[in-house]
Amino acid sequence: MNIVVCVKQVPDTATERKLRSDDKTLDRDAADGVINELCEYAVEEALLLKEAHGGEVTVLTMGPSKATDTIRKALAMGADKAVHLVDDALHGSDALSTSYAMAQTLKTIGFDVVILGSESTDARTGLLAAMLAERLGVPQLTQANKVDIDGTAIAIQRLTDYGHDKVEASLPAVVSVVEKINEPRYPSFKGIMAAKKKPVQTLGIAEAGIDASQVGLAGAWSEVVDFAAAPPRAAGTIVTDQGDGGTGAAEFLASKKFI
Amino acid sequence: MFTLTDDQRAIAEAAREFADEHLAPHAVTWDQTKHFPVDVLRKAAELGMGGIYIREDVGGSELSRFEAALIFEALATGCPSIAAYISIHNMTAWMIDVFGDEAQRSRWLPRMCTMEDLGSYCLTEPEAGSDAAALRTRADRDGDDYVLNGVKQFISGAGASQIYIVMARTGEPGPRGISAFVVEGGTDGMSFGPNEVKMGWNAQPTRQVILENVCVPAANLLGGEGDGFRIAMRGLNGGRLNIGACSLGGAQFALDRTVTYLGEREAFGAKLLKSQALQFKLADMVTELEAARTLLWRAAMALDAGAADTVELCAMAKRFATDAGFEVANSALQLHGGYGYLAEYGIEKVVRDLRVHQILEGTNEIMRLIISRGLTGAA
Repeated sequence: MNIVVCVKQVPDTATERKLRSDDKTLDRDAADGVINELCEYAVEEALLLKEAHGGEVTVLTMGPSKATDTIRKALAMGADKAVHLVDDALHGSDALSTSYAMAQTLKTIGFDVVILGSESTDARTGLLAAMLAERLGVPQLTQANKVDIDGTAIAIQRLTDYGHDKVEASLPAVVSVVEKINEPRYPSFKGIMAAKKKPVQTLGIAEAGIDASQVGLAGAWSEVVDFAAAPPRAAGTIVTDQGDGGTGAAEFLASKKFI
Repeated sequence: MFTLTDDQRAIAEAAREFADEHLAPHAVTWDQTKHFPVDVLRKAAELGMGGIYIREDVGGSELSRFEAALIFEALATGCPSIAAYISIHNMTAWMIDVFGDEAQRSRWLPRMCTMEDLGSYCLTEPEAGSDAAALRTRADRDGDDYVLNGVKQFISGAGASQIYIVMARTGEPGPRGISAFVVEGGTDGMSFGPNEVKMGWNAQPTRQVILENVCVPAANLLGGEGDGFRIAMRGLNGGRLNIGACSLGGAQFALDRTVTYLGEREAFGAKLLKSQALQFKLADMVTELEAARTLLWRAAMALDAGAADTVELCAMAKRFATDAGFEVANSALQLHGGYGYLAEYGIEKVVRDLRVHQILEGTNEIMRLIISRGLTGAA
């Protein structure tokens, strides 16, 4: 089975994240780049599927050249090879144009199943899985906390407020996963040493069959018009209980229109 | 000279992430309840920590001793006691990897690398510590077997381990009459003393190993008769580096906590971190640790390269790093004031754990003996 796992490099959530003042895109130099947390779950699920069904796990990353650190992490966990879509023309792509670029690349490299995290910690649109599936013309099985594959049949379980949904389709398909699905493995020391010997294919937009006019800032369908830093957190309201604490708390909640 | 490669950084990072997630949150509880977390050790082995510098054909990670030093320092930021036990386990496995024959390697090492079987190193006796060559445990040949009798003292992992490397006398008095045997847990005649009540290192058991007419096949002899003392000493060179690295990690944890604490704590109208006296103290602490780390890395590279002065460098690194580590941790406790004395802050535990590093794997006085012998040429 040809399993492709999409992995994204994001700014470390433990550090201050910024947008650039010039083109209002993410300032990638302001914070360390790390693997998006949900992508680790996607890699783990891809490795589990390979262990159960055989085949090969390919990491697909779209990002600047420094995203190789993130690719190496996924390879150290046990993925077999990687494709790095890297091109200055991609800078500033929004979700829609990213899905176009990724879909074109997936058509180029081929797949039976595409796995990705259900959202990234930077843009947090949570749209990519659905967009990819539409562009590729294959079923989408999103927000999975369990994946089963039997031959060409694929089924996932999606947790809901009332229990869970079971979604069935046939391969090829796109699956997005949530953090309840598994516990990502640590890269072993052997895995780390082996990672740098694994093939990483670098593709520019021309090689991936991507039309330059549909990607990048100019090709984006959405535009960041303005942004502002989050206001510093204000001091909270303390209700001192002098026998009327319940009333005080209720009045506060009412003033904020919670009750 | 000391720039890490991408792989080395990634290896240290993986060990640190493991320590942050699986050791640090539980370290104080394990210390208080004297819990030996065997399940966590097996998880560590999934990363390759059961056989860090053991050859790959038996499941080891086949890394260098320098890389091992990075790993032990990272692990010890989470819990020096667990990091140190993993060091002892690796030292035991290494002795089989290097001095065992193929049958011995393939028999014991695969399960040691996964830490399904844990290892213990049995040299010290109740009346033979620093003067280890005076050990009295006997191994008498009996047909195809040896019969072992004696008591081993301060044995880390005893009772929980499956593989015991026991140094016992097969010949003349002194170092040349000693041989090394692999004794498996559960062998008839082997028993254990009570878990010792200790100042620190509470997350790993320390017991006597008592051998009463323990019958061991001759196939369990490591190397030849009379090789035991040399094997035991060779193991300790690397063991000393590992313990030094464990001191660095524990002390680094205490120092990092101190910087955070001084930045939060106010007294006399300002953050403590604004006090130049305390800034200077922190500067001295980090300088001592960096000097220790530099010497330790140098000794590790000498061991990897098989340099002629390896033994002396390992002794210097062990002496310096374990002294510096204890002093820094103790200063960190002082800088935390009364809170440093509370278990909850995790500092006093590190001080107690690091104290024993100045004593074991050869006391720091024995390290000075080794260093001065190298200097003066005395035997």
